[in-house]
Order: sequence, then C-alpha cells, then structure tokens
Amino acid sequence: MAFCTCEHIYAAMEPILDIRGLTKTYPGGLTALDAVDLQIRQGEIFALLGPNGAGKTTLIGAVCGLVRPTGGEIYAFGENMREHWRGLRARIGLVPQELATDMFEPVLRSVRHSRGLFGLPADPDRIEEILRSLSLWDKRDAQIRNLSGGMKRRVLIAKAMAHDPDLLFLDEPTAGVDVELRRDMWKQIAEMRARGTTVILTTHYIEEAEEMADRVGIIRQGKIVMVDEKDAMMKRLGRTEARVTLSQPLTQLPDGLSGRSVTLSDDGLTLCYRGGDGAGQGKAEVAELTKTLTRSGIDYVAIETHESSLEDIFVDLVENGGGRAAA
Amino acid sequence: MIGFNARSAWTIYKQELMRAFRTVMQSIFAPVLTTTLYFVVFGAAIGSQMQGGMGGVNYGAFIVPGLLLLTLLGESTSNASFGIYMPRFTGAIYELLSAPVGVAETLVGFVGAAATKSLILAAIILITATAFVDYTIAHPILAVGYVILVSASFSLFGFILGIWADNFEKLSIVPMLILMPLTFLGGTFYSIDVLPEPWRSVALANPVVYLVNGLRWTFYGSSDVSIWLSLGLTLAFLAACVALIAYIFRTGWRLRS
Repeated sequence: MAFCTCEHIYAAMEPILDIRGLTKTYPGGLTALDAVDLQIRQGEIFALLGPNGAGKTTLIGAVCGLVRPTGGEIYAFGENMREHWRGLRARIGLVPQELATDMFEPVLRSVRHSRGLFGLPADPDRIEEILRSLSLWDKRDAQIRNLSGGMKRRVLIAKAMAHDPDLLFLDEPTAGVDVELRRDMWKQIAEMRARGTTVILTTHYIEEAEEMADRVGIIRQGKIVMVDEKDAMMKRLGRTEARVTLSQPLTQLPDGLSGRSVTLSDDGLTLCYRGGDGAGQGKAEVAELTKTLTRSGIDYVAIETHESSLEDIFVDLVENGGGRAAA
Repeated sequence: MIGFNARSAWTIYKQELMRAFRTVMQSIFAPVLTTTLYFVVFGAAIGSQMQGGMGGVNYGAFIVPGLLLLTLLGESTSNASFGIYMPRFTGAIYELLSAPVGVAETLVGFVGAAATKSLILAAIILITATAFVDYTIAHPILAVGYVILVSASFSLFGFILGIWADNFEKLSIVPMLILMPLTFLGGTFYSIDVLPEPWRSVALANPVVYLVNGLRWTFYGSSDVSIWLSLGLTLAFLAACVALIAYIFRTGWRLRS
C-alpha cells in the first residue's frame, strides 16, 4: 500500500494562485516587482517574508486589484485575473496593513457592509459566527474608533472574512499588537486554514512564519529569492554552530577532527563547529566531536551550541544572498 | 468583464446615505437653514419692496429656482466629492477596489446617494420656501426631471473632483471659488436680460446661466435662454462626466497605484 504525503497531494493540485512574470514599475522608475513567479497551493498557509520596501504589499495589491501591474499575468483558481476579475475578486479577501476603515461605523454594520459589498445577501448568523470567533460580538455596537488597536485589527479580519473568501491575504496581520493578542491571532489564522481557506501572509515577525507557515517565500528588491517548505528550508539552510572552549590551547586540530567542519581559533583555545542540516544532524556531529575530544584526552571547560532559526536564514538570504547559509 | 452587481451597488448607496444621516446637522439642516435665510432676506424682505418683480414674476418667486439650484450644485458636488475622497484619504478605499465592483456599481452607489441627498434637500427647501414666498411650478414633472438631471450631473462632477483632489483644500476650492461665484453671477437673483451689453453677452458664457434658466422655465414657462439649449448642455455635461469617470476607472488614475 502506497502512502501519499501532503507534498505529493499539493504537487498534484493546480495552484490556487499562479503568478507569472509579475512586474510593477512605477512612473518614477522604481521597479517594485521584477518578474515575480509564485505559485500558492490550495489550503496552505504561505508566509511572504521580506524587508521593508521589498515588494510584499505591492504583490498583494497587484493580486487584489489595488495595484496595476505593468507586466505578467495572475491566475487565480485557474482563471486569468485580468479577464475574470469580477468572479475571482469575490473569492479573495484582504486584511490591509493599515487600520483603514470608516472609524465612525459600529462594528456590526461595518462587517455587514463588507459582505454586501462583495455581493452576498445578508447572513446575520454567519456574521455573528465571525464576530464571536474573533471575540468581537460583545463590541458589535461599538464604534470602531473606540476599540483598541488589536480589536480594530480584528475588525479588519472580520470584514475580510465576511464574504467567506477561499483565498485570504493578511498584510502584516499582527503588526503593533501585543504578544498575547498575536498568539490569539495565530490561532484564528490556523482556524481559517482548518475551514479550508488558503492564507497568504506577510510579516516582519519571523517567529510568526516559523509558527504558522507551511511554506515560506522570501522577497528582496522585488524578486522572489527563495520559496520552499518551511521545514525543507530549515533542513537545507539550517545550521548548527558549536564553540568548545578548551582548558589548554592546541597548536593544531586533533587528527580525528580534521574534515569535520571544525576549525581551531587563532589562540588555540576554541574549537568551532559549523555544520549539520537544521534537522538534527548538527547536534549528532557535535556529540561525536565531544566524544572524540574525550577519547583524545583533550579537556574542555564549556560548550555553546546554537541552532539557526528561520530568522537567521532570512537575514542571511536578505543580507548576504544566502552565501553564509549555503557555505 | 461586464456585469452589474445590484447588491454591491445598493450596499454602497445605503452606506453613503447613512453617512449623511450620521451628520444630519451638517448634511441637511445647514444647507436648508442657509437657503431659508436667502428666502427671508431676498425673497420676503427685499423682494416685497420690488414692484413689478423680475421677468414678469414676483421677485420672491423668481429666485426660488435659482436658490434651489445654488443648493443643488453645491451639495451634489460636495456630497459626492467627500463620499469618494474620504475613503481615499483614510485608505479604506482598499475594500472597494478589492471588491467585485465595477464603475457602474460605484457610480450608482456613490453618485446615486449624493444625488438622493440633494433631492431630499431640494424637497425640504421647496417646502420651506412656501412659508416665505408664493411660487408655482408650471411643469412639475419636467421640474422634477430637471432637478434629478442636475443633481446627477453635479454628483458625477463631485465624484471626479473627489478623485482628483489630493487634499481638503482642493476639495473645497471648486465649490467655493468656482461654483458659488458662477451661480451668483448666473442669474440666480436676476434675469440676465436686465444686464447691459456687453455684460449680457459675457453672462451667456457662464454655463450656470443655462442651468438656472432651464429650471426657471420648468417653474414659470419662460426663461432667458431656450429650454432645449439648457437641457442639451446639461445632458452634454452629464455625458462628459460619465465618459471621464469611465476613463478614470479604466486607467486607475488616482485610484490604483
């Protein structure tokens, strides 16, 4: 009996969003998106990471109709956005980065408005369900301007969910919210995915992508630098670093350690290991290193280890073009 | 892709009307009060001292169409321009732009609501005017049609203004510095026939003259210029506004980056 993994299922499915050669050059000459190719799979949570000005919001804007691309094509649900924008937009939701809405409106009316704007009939039960799921039901009659920043962001999420989109963009959904609320929102996003919504989020918080995303894309200067499964990216680019402080200086590497990604510091007091695959191999090699030292009669007084996080990988890719991670 | 989503249009329309009623003092009471003061000062007080009236009509009654138009032009333009400018200013327009909503739904929603507000104002003003001046409407159906046409035209114009403006100053410049002077000089308070040449000919270059006289004809069956010319120019203005808005939506000018 053959088992089919999620990756195999994803690979067999048509992408829910297929971006081909998407380019946006502003009249001033700035190229915000430079021939971006990106495929999003149905049902996944995709995190798009990138520094400020990398093109994340422009990419979202191009898909959602806020930005007019200067080149390339966007296909959603198998159809061309340019030709079938009306039907496709009805299936896409957007939570913007800015807290932008009519702040004088009460919560309930604002969310109802969003549903109507997308052409759907009123559904009080569904609206109540959405508001309750975001802990907004008790605030339904409050003017949005009187809510806290975190609550306002929830209102924007409720408005985006009001038409039950199949594909939801969250542009920096937890920017400016406290840690507790951020974790609460992670839970909400996970629940959206559980209901079958495909979620694409941009974030500055690497831990957010690490916590939630199935796949991660890294964008830099309008170009997609890398797209991969989060776990595969960690495995491929993740590294273990270990520093072993010796009690006595060495003049050269012991014989058993040569060829094991170990270097000796100039003062001979520290052995530095850098290797592994981000999936446990590095830890095993560090353990083997310490055993070798013991067998060789080399005494050590301290060991420091560090596993590279998604943040390390991200910083490396953005600042060094991935050179350090790949080294 | 063509199509029309009536529910989306109704949602925008309803939202815009609610916004007006949320600011009822500013949206309804203020213009009604201002126009009423005109009726009191020019119609009842000064008008009663003018023997023979203007153009064969009692002066108080003579200024009713002009004052009605003064309010219609200003309010239609302001309502529609604020309606679209505010979401642009706050960033809330993202929701409209990302929704399955085209130019038709947007116009029916925003412009329809702005025109409706103007029509409500017009009705209140006409009812209020009866307390101060005696007037009649010779062609009531045509008058209603003409008021609707003017409201729709200037709501479309206001919508364009709201897209063009990138600050609040620009938003108020056109109604305050262009529309109001043109309306005052466009025969609201007098017949241009009383002007000496060359000022009468100069006045004919003022487009508001044709609007005021068009409405005045529906009230009293006579005016300084032909009703057909007034009607034709108003329809041409409406068509030009629609064409410009269609262009704006096609190119995304000032709406999509």
